Amino acid sequence: MAWPFNAEHDELRKSIRAFVEAELAPNAAEWEKDKYFPDWVFSRMGELGFLGLAYPQTYGGGGGDYLCNIVLAEEMTRSGSGGLAMAIAVQTDMAVPPLYKFGTEEQKQRYLVPAIKGETIFCLGITEPDAGSDVQNISTFAEKVDGGWIVNGRKIFITNGKRAHAMTLVAKTDREAGHQGISLFIVETNTPGYKVERTLDKVGMHASDTGEISFTDMFVPDENLLGKQGEGFYNISWELQGERLVGAAGSIEGARRALEGAIAYALQRETFGKPIAKHQVIRHELADMATEVEAAQQLVYDAAVKVARGDYPVREITMAKLLTGEVAFRTADRALQIFGGYGYSMEVPIQRGWRDSRLIRIGGGTDEVMREVIGRMEGL
Amino acid sequence: MKPDPSQKPSAHADLFNEDHEALRTQVRAFVEKELLPNAQEWEAAEAFPREIFKRVGDLGFFGLKYPEDVGGSGPDYLADAVVTEEFARCGSAGVSSSLGGHKDLATLYVSNFGTPEQHKRWLAPAIAGDIVGGLAVTEPDAGSDVAGIKTRAVREGDDWIINGSKIFITNGSWADFIVVAVKTDPDQGHSGITLFVVDTDTPGFSSRRMPMLGWRSGQTGELTFADVRVPDANRLGDEGAGFLAIMQNFAWERLIMALAQVAGAQMTYEVAKAYALDRTAFKRPIGKFQVWRHRFADMATRIEAGRALTYSALRKYIAGENPIKEVAMAKLYTSEVAFKVADECVQVHGGYGYMMEFPAQRAWRDSRLGPIGGGTSEIMKEIIGKTLGL
Repeated sequence: MAWPFNAEHDELRKSIRAFVEAELAPNAAEWEKDKYFPDWVFSRMGELGFLGLAYPQTYGGGGGDYLCNIVLAEEMTRSGSGGLAMAIAVQTDMAVPPLYKFGTEEQKQRYLVPAIKGETIFCLGITEPDAGSDVQNISTFAEKVDGGWIVNGRKIFITNGKRAHAMTLVAKTDREAGHQGISLFIVETNTPGYKVERTLDKVGMHASDTGEISFTDMFVPDENLLGKQGEGFYNISWELQGERLVGAAGSIEGARRALEGAIAYALQRETFGKPIAKHQVIRHELADMATEVEAAQQLVYDAAVKVARGDYPVREITMAKLLTGEVAFRTADRALQIFGGYGYSMEVPIQRGWRDSRLIRIGGGTDEVMREVIGRMEGL
Repeated sequence: MKPDPSQKPSAHADLFNEDHEALRTQVRAFVEKELLPNAQEWEAAEAFPREIFKRVGDLGFFGLKYPEDVGGSGPDYLADAVVTEEFARCGSAGVSSSLGGHKDLATLYVSNFGTPEQHKRWLAPAIAGDIVGGLAVTEPDAGSDVAGIKTRAVREGDDWIINGSKIFITNGSWADFIVVAVKTDPDQGHSGITLFVVDTDTPGFSSRRMPMLGWRSGQTGELTFADVRVPDANRLGDEGAGFLAIMQNFAWERLIMALAQVAGAQMTYEVAKAYALDRTAFKRPIGKFQVWRHRFADMATRIEAGRALTYSALRKYIAGENPIKEVAMAKLYTSEVAFKVADECVQVHGGYGYMMEFPAQRAWRDSRLGPIGGGTSEIMKEIIGKTLGL
């Protein structure tokens, strides 16, 4: 038990770890190769209560605090597949939380409850081919008609895009209103006009499916507007905080896995008559890696504790996302280097962490966007 | 990757002459017409047609540093350097490294240490592109530490019996001949190493292709020697002279790597810049944001510095010196620059940078081998440290 976690968190960690090691990790290599994992992972995790750790029990949640989500994100790294962990995080910390935060009671019963059970898999539709970092520049448009909305547009890089039953969608509802012209919707993926155009082949995160999705004259009923009309930009900005923090928590714990792997290898591999860990440069390199991982992880915890007590720590979350992204990739890169030629072989798993960890510097807002946010918050 | 038509061939007149620049134009035309358009497909297939070797041989691009009596057109190492730089623009390190492994590793050993008879058997047909060669030094338990290799050759009458395994061998799984480093005297360290040429159809030789993070169209192999019997006529150089030969050839090998890394980084930089000027965010091209403009300035500066450093080592090499320090520095610095530029190329592409349909990720994966292959960055620093008297 170490700050910020209590005995209950530790118990939870134990049970998640047992599940991940028994039921996920043994399949990771195969799922990475297939570039897909089966849907039962969602329903199984729902059954175990892992998809709703911090939601009230009235909706089938675990009634825990926010740190439970951090524990889940950390333990998912033990699956050995960043793509798998990301797909689950989209459900637990990205696409679904807006339903709880902004949804009506009826929407919660209809979508949140089955999402927590893992029966309804969600994806999140923000990014478009021509609008990634600048959300307000999206062009997907929802036109008001009698009884609902007609949506046209296109979304890209959508995690769970192929398998999802429902999407939390960000669309323009007023082209002239800037930030105030954006709204959120819940869209069932079997709605006429909703089409998964293709799945995208990525350099990493292979077990997760990534879709490009089009909407053609897709009718969405009034009752599926999520939150108030015109408040979508602010609501999705709230969502992005959770997305960034869970991404930071998972990626820095993933870096810890890479560090552990590098240390174990460095102690066992010998060159010039001694284990490479005993060469001073490698020992110091590992010391730097450990120090950076520790610092970045503590920054994540600092932000997480603030979220858990009800603050809205945008500055700390943004810093945590920026720093963990850099440290996670740099740690994976140094680990790969320590593995030498084996690091470059697809038969040794260290390259997977290297490929997977590269995404955190891009997804959920690039490093450059993080620096813009931090700069603004520092009064620059 | 798409070539940038505004990018004129190099104009380093103090190093390359007019003939070299004419050659550059010729090689570039071949690369842009016959290699680059296929890069995406070959990488996805994890193979490229073996006939490319014959085509390159027919064009004479394997023979520039070799004399006419073996089918070359040289010796002109600068011309050979031009070929390496242009091959690096083929969009796939799998292809360029396979051609390079043949041109600068396998054949160079046969040329430098072989007898006229051995030149006839392996060098001439390799220059013609009729046979493909590989060089096998690294073993599962001995990479940077060459003296620690364990593959054995034991004398038996006029023959040698080879047993052992080699790993990460460029062209290893499809080569016709392998130049292999073995211990002929296990009690000696450095001086117990001898080179042999092994035809891959010799009984007891087998190989398997190793899937790699990058260089995917290449045929990197793990080799097994199980009682492989070769005649003494296949011994390359004197018994016990292998280590020195390897050290001698490292200079060119690493120079070639540095040249390829700079040329590859230049190409990646062009791809990144074209995208940065095309893609808009917040209503302007991202290349016009100050941060990105400065990052491009950094990239361009590092590429120029890497090129200058490499050319300085090349100039000394051509002059007959053995510029150990400069070569190690060039290999160290350019491999780091090339990866850094590729990483920036991924970043400037945003989400698209992570997608397999864009070449950015390939440059990023491919360039990651630079700080590992041909002696790791750590080994380069060891060498540099020694030359500094430390």
